[in-house]
Parts: sequence; structure tokens; C-alpha cells
Amino acid sequence: MEVEKFFGSRYSGSKRFTQQDVSTANATGFTAAADDYMERGIDLNEQLIRNKPATYFMRVSGNSMINAGIYNGDIVIVDRSLKPQNGKIVIAVIDGEMLIRRYEKTLNRLRLVPETSGLSPIEVNEFCDFKIWGVVAYIIRQV
Amino acid sequence: MKAIIDCNSFYAACERVFNPSLNGKPVVVLSNNDGCIVSRTDEAKALGIKMAGPYYEAKEMLEQHKVAVFSSNYHLYGDMSWRVMETLRMLCQHVEVYSVDEAFADLKGIQESAMWNYGLHISNTVEQWTGIPVSVGIAATKTLAKVANHLAKKNKVATQGTVALLTPGQIREALENTAVQNVWGVGFRSTEKLRWLGIDTAWKLRSMSEEWAHKNLGGVVGTRLIKELNGISCIEMKDPLRKKKMIATTRMFGKPVFELAQLKEAIATYTSRAAEKLRRQSGAARLIHVFVVTNDYSAHNYNYNPSTKGLYTTLPIATSLTNQLIAHAIMLIEKLYKKGSRYLKAGVMLTDIVPDTSIQYNLFEPPAHDNLRSLMHAIDNINFGMRDELVKFATSGTKKNWKMRQEHRSLRHTTRWDELYEIH
Repeated sequence: MEVEKFFGSRYSGSKRFTQQDVSTANATGFTAAADDYMERGIDLNEQLIRNKPATYFMRVSGNSMINAGIYNGDIVIVDRSLKPQNGKIVIAVIDGEMLIRRYEKTLNRLRLVPETSGLSPIEVNEFCDFKIWGVVAYIIRQV
Repeated sequence: MKAIIDCNSFYAACERVFNPSLNGKPVVVLSNNDGCIVSRTDEAKALGIKMAGPYYEAKEMLEQHKVAVFSSNYHLYGDMSWRVMETLRMLCQHVEVYSVDEAFADLKGIQESAMWNYGLHISNTVEQWTGIPVSVGIAATKTLAKVANHLAKKNKVATQGTVALLTPGQIREALENTAVQNVWGVGFRSTEKLRWLGIDTAWKLRSMSEEWAHKNLGGVVGTRLIKELNGISCIEMKDPLRKKKMIATTRMFGKPVFELAQLKEAIATYTSRAAEKLRRQSGAARLIHVFVVTNDYSAHNYNYNPSTKGLYTTLPIATSLTNQLIAHAIMLIEKLYKKGSRYLKAGVMLTDIVPDTSIQYNLFEPPAHDNLRSLMHAIDNINFGMRDELVKFATSGTKKNWKMRQEHRSLRHTTRWDELYEIH
């Protein structure tokens, strides 16, 4: 089974919208011009969640990705249907442990690279039990 | 062609999604109240752990083999189930959710030569998107698809978890390798009868005549079974949105309950839950049924000999208002209660359900006030948004020491902000 097929499906799921109340509809003064341009307000779900059944939220603990701008306590939005590509930040499973790292794939070598000086990269070889759990799509942080 | 997609050891698989160190290791999940084993991985099955076996009997053995044990985490399993079903809805035109972990899908329009590959594509996509491994069975009828699924589950490696029965040869081989008790719709009693008659495989059953099945296997059900095994589809895809004719909420208590006050709290809580479900399908109920399970024993010998007692009442008009339903439920439990009994379980059942819009008002009963309905709507919204019965009726009590025992529950990673998975 080639890898391509795994990611072959696209989510085209139902986005449920509720019709917004047009607040000026009952207005007695100036109305009409704005009403013509009413549209749905911005919905974060629409932007941050591309594929709902495949999207998971996780909280980052520790500083393993600090140089990539991911801090302790940040929330990462992980999409399992995205294909891991060189340079992407991923959730990887290596020997039963789940880690957030940068996915570094070159011609003949695969590494999981932390973004901190305190940790060293992990070489993935044929002796490792290795799998990509999902790809990090967004980070949410309170300022 | 129809497919059945069935999650492999679903509850245990949900636990593995966030705990990959459990891959390849035995895992079991316990029922409500940590009573018995309801989900086992293949590794746990290989150790001889029985389905539905009581936990306390297996405890020592589970510890000895270092089996990972989890209490039911229904919030997680419910969300994971939704993810699996939603993924299937992306891949197939018509999906009938059959239970929390299995669904039928219509594969109309897919060429036979591509059928097996499509099944594999379904299984790969579900596993990739959700993390839950599934088995797929494909055939002309639901019953044959079930047979195919059973074989896929039994030989995961050889079949890659997908079996399609398309040619007469494939169907014959599959049915010959399926014991008669594993055929969908063959119950325990029929199995004994069939075995006694020497019909031990699905293939032998298939060659029986419809008349014979009608006489010996429960009438129409038997005829349908034979037709389905012969590739004539009789059990059609069901409409996904079917409203329930009966709503029940029932639980085991964490420990036996003796006091009426506690029993009333439990009944009020279950009634609230049932009423909430009722309102979710815009229904109103006319009949409320309350039941309890007791296990009394004499001073010298303990026997598990539960007995169920129940009472019901017909309401003057159908209602979905929690306060009205609780009032009736409390009256029923007061009548049912006998001092000194050990109560193990209680439940509330709402039946005779009609659509909320077509309630027949009675000349002598004033119609339910609209503001009460708005109140219910508001309570439902708050509880759905904030979780865990934030707003409830005081009869439901505030402490709940009769509540479920869940000593090994994992975190609700997919439904609670404060229980998110922590990644390092």
C-alpha cells in the first residue's frame, strides 16, 4: 500500500451555519445600504479546523520546540489527515512515546529534531518503532 | 454492494490512540461501575480473558500479565465514534450507524473490480484520520457482509482487514469457513437446534429451503436469513434519522443503596437525563416506567439472585418537562421502595413518545406553559455548553455518593479543555 493512498481523501464535511440576525432589519432610521453587505461573522473553526474528524487539540508541556516559537502551555491543533513533509512540525510516535518535533526527511535519512539546545535530534532507523501521529497545523497561545 | 465497517476492540483502541505504548500489549476496558470486561484487544483475548467476565474474578490474572485496565471513558468513546462515522460519511454515500462502533455503508456505483481496493481505502482512511483500526466486510447483502467482516477480523494480517465476497467461489469458501453461530441473526437457541441437525456451517445453512427456515427458524426472520445468505438483499439500509420509540436511562450503583432518599436522588437524576434525550428528539412521553433491581440475602448465605421490580404510570398528557416527569417518577419510587432491601440498580424508561408539536391536550388539563418550555430549553443549552449538569433540579441531590465507580478512567482528551493531552 503506497503512502499516497492514505491521505487520498479530502474532508468536505458539513459546516453548520446559523443565519445571523440582521440587526438593522427592524431599524427605523438608516438601514438599507448595510443590509446588502451583511455576511456571516468570522468563525475560527472554519479557519483552524480543516478536517474536523481528523483534528485533535493538545497542550504543549516543556520547551522542546521553543526556538520554533512553541512555548510551554501552548495549544497545538493537530491534523491527522495532513501528509508529513520535510520541515513540518509533527506529533511522532517513537518506541511508544508521543513527541512534538520537527520532521526532517532528506534522501536517506529521517530525523526528529527538537527546537532547543537542551535536547538532541532523534535518528529514526529501521530498528525504531516509528509512526507519524499527526501534523501540527496551528498554535493557539494566550497573550 | 453493501459494506459493514466495524472498529476493532473499539473502546480499547480509543485508549491506544493517546497511549501508543499500549500498541501490541493487552488492554481491557471495564463496563460502567468497573463491573465486567467489555472490550479486549487481541493480545488480551490470547491470554484467555473472557468477554463480559466479572472484573473481580479476572483481577489477579490481569495484574499477573500486566494487562492495562481502563474504566469506561464514555466521553472519549462517544467523540471517537463520531469521528469514525463522520469519516465514513465522507467516503460513502449512505451510512447507517448500527452501533457505537459499527456502521453499514452502501457502495452503490463502485465497480466490482475496485471493490476490495475501495474497502481497503475506507479502512486506511479511518485509521489515518482517527487512529481507530477497523475491519471492512463487503458483499451483496448485509448478512453476507457481516460474514466477510468476521473473516477480516479473524485474519487481519492476511486480509489487510478487508474482505469482499464477490464471486460464487469466494462466497462458498467464506460460508464454509463460518460456524453457524457466527452468522448474523442466528441466536443461541437456533444454534443448538441447527447443530443437532448437523448444520454447523453457514454454507450448510444456506442450502436449506426457505420453507424449512420459515418453520424452524422463527418464520419471516428465518426466510429472510436464507435469502440474505443466498445473496438476495432483504435487510435494507435504514434511514439514519429514526426517532426512538423508547428512551431509557439506567445505571448500576457504585455500591448498594438502602435509603429511600438516595434512591429518589438517583431516580430524579435519571429522569432528568431521559427528559433531556426526549427533548433532543423533540418528543413528549405519555408513559413513565420506574424500575429497581434488588439483591436481598439472608444472614447466612450470600447469593447473587437479583430481582427486578417496576411500576409505571400514564400521564394525563404527554410531556417533556423535567419537573413533571420527576414528580411522577418520585411517586413511583416511593411506592416501590421497601425498607431493608439492597438496591443495586435503578432506571427510568419513557415510552409512548409522540412528537412535541402534536401533543393531544386534555380538556381537564391546562396546556404546558410556554415559559416552562423555554426554561427547559435554556437548561439544556447551559448543560450542553458547560457540561456536567451545571443546572439541575434540586431533587437530583448534590453529593451523589451512589454514583458510578470509575477507578481507572483515562482523561477526556477530546472533549475537555482542561484534560487535553500533554505533548512533550
